[in-house]
Amino acid sequence: MELVAFFVVAVVAVVSALGLVLRRNPIHGALFLVVNLGCVAVLYLLLGAEFLALAQVIIYAGAIMVLFVFAIMVLIPGKEETGPDPLRSQRLLALPLGALLLFEIGLILQSSVFMGAPHPGVRPGSAAPPTAAGGIQSVGRLLLGDYLLPFEVTSVLLLAALVGVLALAKRRAG
Amino acid sequence: MMVPESYYTVLSAILFTIGVVGVLVRRNPLVIFMSIELMLNAANLALVAFGHRAGTADAQVLVFFVMTVAAAEVAVGLAIIVAIFRLRRRLSVDELSIMRW
Repeated sequence: MELVAFFVVAVVAVVSALGLVLRRNPIHGALFLVVNLGCVAVLYLLLGAEFLALAQVIIYAGAIMVLFVFAIMVLIPGKEETGPDPLRSQRLLALPLGALLLFEIGLILQSSVFMGAPHPGVRPGSAAPPTAAGGIQSVGRLLLGDYLLPFEVTSVLLLAALVGVLALAKRRAG
Repeated sequence: MMVPESYYTVLSAILFTIGVVGVLVRRNPLVIFMSIELMLNAANLALVAFGHRAGTADAQVLVFFVMTVAAAEVAVGLAIIVAIFRLRRRLSVDELSIMRW
């Protein structure tokens, strides 16, 4: 059952990612990306990470993608990418390079601890019940306990980004 | 039936590669930016799968931080793209060669 859900969601995710890359209209690309982010949220749920699934939907599919759609609407880029491509030969090189990258990642994965039996060095005691560790409670405990300093620094980062964007967006004369 | 974690890593590798190809192929900076988001998401998915395998919630906290940084990065990046568009009135990365030696 879970396996069927995984494969359905995985196929939708890959197709929507391809749609983002292949469609010429950036608005279509943005909507495909929303579908892809939703699929990844479902995969988080399958992995027992409820908090991340919610954060994914709210932060990514909600806030970030609205920002993207806003920017696309403002910049009216519907007419872009229609002219002749001056670097066509270089772009054709991208596909073999991408295939090479996938091949390399596959090689690395095959030799890593992930394929085959569970690695003996990876937390032997806690590896059995994965769902128990993924709950919102333990995430919150870690976030406000062990990772309190990074958590607070994150707020400074967000403030810096806010101020930076305001400074960038302010219209200057000339 | 449980899904093996290796399936998630393979899916994440495929998504990451699609994102890389998108960055290489497309000319619109917005689409390139969205492809970068795709890569970030693939990395996050692999991270959560690793954490699931190890049986800890630490990976989820890490992914949460990645999401926050991605939100800040998107805001700043889009502001830069809008500023460039105001300056140039065109939107193609091939023409932004002003900083190239």
